[in-house]
Amino acid sequence: MAARKAAAAPNVSAEELLTYYRDMLLIRRFEEKAGQLYGMGLIGGFCHLYIGQEAVVVGLEAAAEEGDKRITSYRDHGHMLACGMDPNGVMAELTGREGGYSKGKGGSMHMFSREKHFYGGHGIVGAQVPLGAGLAFADKYKGNGRVTFTYFGDGAANQGQVYETFNMAALWDLPVVFVIENNQYAMGTAQKRSTSTPELYTRGAAFGIKGEIVDGMDVLAVKAAGEKAVKHCRSGKGPYILEIKTYRYRGHSMSDPAKYRTREEVQKMREERDPIDHVREMLLTGKHASEEDLKAIDKEIKKIVGDSADFARNSPEPALEELWTDIYADAPTEGAV
Amino acid sequence: MPRMTMIEALRDAMDVKLAQDPSVLVFGEDVGYFGGVFRCTAGLQAKHGEERVFDTPINESAIVGMAVGMAAQGMRPCVEVQFADYVFPAYDQITQEAARLRHRSNEMFTCPLVVRMPTGGGIFGGQTHSQSPEALFTHVAGLKVVIPSTPYDAKGLLIAAIEDPDPVIFLEPKRLYNGPFYGDHSGKSVGWAKHPAGEVPEGHYAIEIGKADVRRPGSDVTILAYGTMVYIAEAAVEQSGIDAEIIDLRSLLPLDLETIKASVEKTGRCVVVHEATRTSGFGGELIAEVQEACFWHLKSPLQRVTGWDAPYPHATEWDYFPGPDRVIRALHKAMED
Ligand SMILES: Cc1ncc(C[n+]2csc(CCOP(=O)(O)OP(=O)(O)O)c2C)c(N)n1
Ligand SMILES: [Mg+2]
Repeated sequence: MAARKAAAAPNVSAEELLTYYRDMLLIRRFEEKAGQLYGMGLIGGFCHLYIGQEAVVVGLEAAAEEGDKRITSYRDHGHMLACGMDPNGVMAELTGREGGYSKGKGGSMHMFSREKHFYGGHGIVGAQVPLGAGLAFADKYKGNGRVTFTYFGDGAANQGQVYETFNMAALWDLPVVFVIENNQYAMGTAQKRSTSTPELYTRGAAFGIKGEIVDGMDVLAVKAAGEKAVKHCRSGKGPYILEIKTYRYRGHSMSDPAKYRTREEVQKMREERDPIDHVREMLLTGKHASEEDLKAIDKEIKKIVGDSADFARNSPEPALEELWTDIYADAPTEGAV
Repeated sequence: MPRMTMIEALRDAMDVKLAQDPSVLVFGEDVGYFGGVFRCTAGLQAKHGEERVFDTPINESAIVGMAVGMAAQGMRPCVEVQFADYVFPAYDQITQEAARLRHRSNEMFTCPLVVRMPTGGGIFGGQTHSQSPEALFTHVAGLKVVIPSTPYDAKGLLIAAIEDPDPVIFLEPKRLYNGPFYGDHSGKSVGWAKHPAGEVPEGHYAIEIGKADVRRPGSDVTILAYGTMVYIAEAAVEQSGIDAEIIDLRSLLPLDLETIKASVEKTGRCVVVHEATRTSGFGGELIAEVQEACFWHLKSPLQRVTGWDAPYPHATEWDYFPGPDRVIRALHKAMED
């Protein structure tokens, strides 16, 4: 941990740190397991892992209150776990089973939870951004004081509809936090190859939207920025942009050999900036927890993740009729196969 | 003669045209440095330079829109939309600008543009990575719509498309990129190396847009298919022993009605097959054309095998995908009375 001082943050309780540690570790182990199941052929198609970016959602969830909304892209497993969705249901959706959040209709990229106010993973880059502002519009209309976290990537930040949305969100003072998860790559394209100015947090300036850049490998920094943004939105001042600098350790999706960046670059991030190691060090150096305590947490998480994999394997395949359900409010129309 | 996959054949077509014609440009998301998610443009930037083969941001709308502007100036842009499912932000530019520039400028300006996009399912892509939107383009006067099913045709048609004076929507059946697909997803995949159509001549050759290919002569019934469905039809014919004539349309707009008519007049029966959803699918158009042109020769009702009118599924893909069994059933129906 050369690059960062691991000093215990003075005003953070052991309990809080342990929560972040646990929540981030759950995401990491879950994603590792998903990668394994993919390798075994139990998960098919597209599967985008969140490994490396855990501090972003865990930090922001710490700034959220009950009833706040969240919406994101296809890289969505971490967001779902962080907002308290059931790992079993998420994993079973990855394997396309009946026990999945969308009963196998959505897959890795398309899951939802009304209970947790999670308005989905979305497979089309940038498409969730206007939706997020729409959620915020509805909350403002209802006057319920809720805020929407609208997550998107550095690549998505170039989509035209993002700017249409910025304008309307600012025009109508919508309570939406635009969270740009800048992991520096859009698939195989480094940010500099596609983006005229790297400072994405300034992208709202033309619309009068405040933005700031945040260290996304430091969960406490993310939480602090999140609290500030949420306060701004809740007080009726309109949208806020957080550009959160992060890094994905794995390929874009499972089929990506990641040849567009060096091994050393990835290795350096993992060794020097890992968000989970960071909290771990704080816990240990601050004497908030012992190695034994952390081992116990590891074990507990391992069990949750193992159980989710078992559940996802054993949950039945969805019935064929599901193909024609939930297309319209009315009963299915199509017939025999 | 060299053997190529469809990916290599497409790359070769772009390579030939880039070398021959300085007005040809190749660009899109991940297309330049990375070489494309499906590797179709790998090596082209290194060979032809960053001015001619380059990356864009994730901006389907402006990618196509700018290409229309370039084309109006006499350039020949060949752009990639990474999946056909991502074309919708660009649909406005394609239908209202590209397709109509010639007409509304009284031919002062034209739009020699190619929009390449991988289409269709069979790769566990779910609802945002498997769609077949051809009918959305065949419905638009001013566009040409092409879909090859072999490496040989892919190269010849792409060269023809780049040389064409009008905008061409070039659909690439992604399930066929690396080999033919006969419908058995769990079976061993065969590559193009062993298929005769994997032989692709070096250098320049073009296949006229608007000419179908009789893939298998037969006397009992005509099958009209394109893309991946050509092989599904072949499998159905082999498994059923019905002596069907299989026509690979290759070009949907313009349509080779001559070849279709000659075949249906001979067989008196016809089955239309496509992956796309049924209602308002291109099959409806084919059936109408055949009915008008061949009514007095028909011995049985025309049959249609298509994807179901449902979002492309994640979990139950093979129940959705119109495989050989469904084609065989339609063949038997066409052979009744
Ligand atoms: C409209 C659209 N265009 C292209 C794609 C293909 N695609 C999927 S993810 C991606 C890169 C997005 O990068 P970024 O927004 O930085 O998110 P990250 O994957 O890094 O989390 C691309 C080009 C898509 N899904 N939708
Ligand atoms: Mg990114």
